[in-house]
Amino acid sequence: MRKASVIDIFLTFLQIGAISFGGGVVAYLRDGLVRNKKWFGDVEFLELTSISNTLPGLNATNIAILAGDRLGGWPGASLALIAMCIPAFIFMTAAGVVYGEAHARPLASAALRGVAAAATGLLAATWFKIGKKSLRGFYDAFFVMAAILGINYFKWGVPITLLAVGALAIFTYRPTTTPAEKPAQEEEQWINSLH
Amino acid sequence: MDQLPALAKVFAYLSFLTIGGGMAAFPEMRVQIVDVHGWLTAEQLTHVYSTGQMSPGPNMMMVAEVGQLVSGFPGALVCALAFFIPTGILTFLVGRLWTRLEQWPWRASIQKGLAPVAIGLAVGGLITFGRTAVTGWLTLLVALATFAAVAKTRINPVFFILGGGVIGLIALR
Repeated sequence: MRKASVIDIFLTFLQIGAISFGGGVVAYLRDGLVRNKKWFGDVEFLELTSISNTLPGLNATNIAILAGDRLGGWPGASLALIAMCIPAFIFMTAAGVVYGEAHARPLASAALRGVAAAATGLLAATWFKIGKKSLRGFYDAFFVMAAILGINYFKWGVPITLLAVGALAIFTYRPTTTPAEKPAQEEEQWINSLH
Repeated sequence: MDQLPALAKVFAYLSFLTIGGGMAAFPEMRVQIVDVHGWLTAEQLTHVYSTGQMSPGPNMMMVAEVGQLVSGFPGALVCALAFFIPTGILTFLVGRLWTRLEQWPWRASIQKGLAPVAIGLAVGGLITFGRTAVTGWLTLLVALATFAAVAKTRINPVFFILGGGVIGLIALR
């Protein structure tokens, strides 16, 4: 295991946590960890990304934990997570103080109505790009539709929809019928699309 | 203060629903925060979630703003810890196990199966979100313009989000 000092780990993730405006933290992580620090190769970074995708929790924090563990064991993982979260925590807590003071005032609400509309467009574009890169074939399209209908039409709620559609999807792609895994190149494009 | 245990419980629970990203958990977050506990209105939650899109780092740190609004600074801290620590420990443990599971055939099945489900849940969450965020022709226009700009250019989306805020200040009072 290559070791990085806990200070180096902390400062690197703190910097990524502070500059990664505009979503797509995964792309910032790759710039920091693969290109600048050269702590990981592209292939290993993709492996961390694919583990993170499958687990609950955000991709960005999951990658920080996995990378921190490989760099410095459990102290590295803890520091990576904490460092990555500190700037956002300060930002969002401060936002809460301001919104709590001002939410009755029309100005903050007016600005946030515009922000919410733009955020809808941003999130739609983000998921559109991810879908375009990673969905293949009839079954993928079917499970996307099933999850959307479960949430918005049948009103099953998130836990039931996740368990029911998730179990059906995993069973459909069960080992005997599983086609070859996606080539790394596609995942590479997916990460680039987050930029 | 008396809300702290409830905040911890709700956000630890929600964190385990964030397969593929925070948006997957949004409909359940709305049920818990707006309907069950009445901590925020649906419009306030949409505003707080949108503010998260302007933050550096993990956008789902918006949970800290919910905590701040409900119980002040202790609330912010409790929500952040409850949301990031339990799934963090799970990720840490599975990460160590993962290389040993390389020969386990179901590993690829789980990855392949959960990918489209995660996207479907996110789109489902986005529809729930958009119903509160897009309320008229101007908000629809802002959403569509941002979608086109983010899909077609490499300009940092934070500028479009801020632009939406300016339009809101001028025209959505």
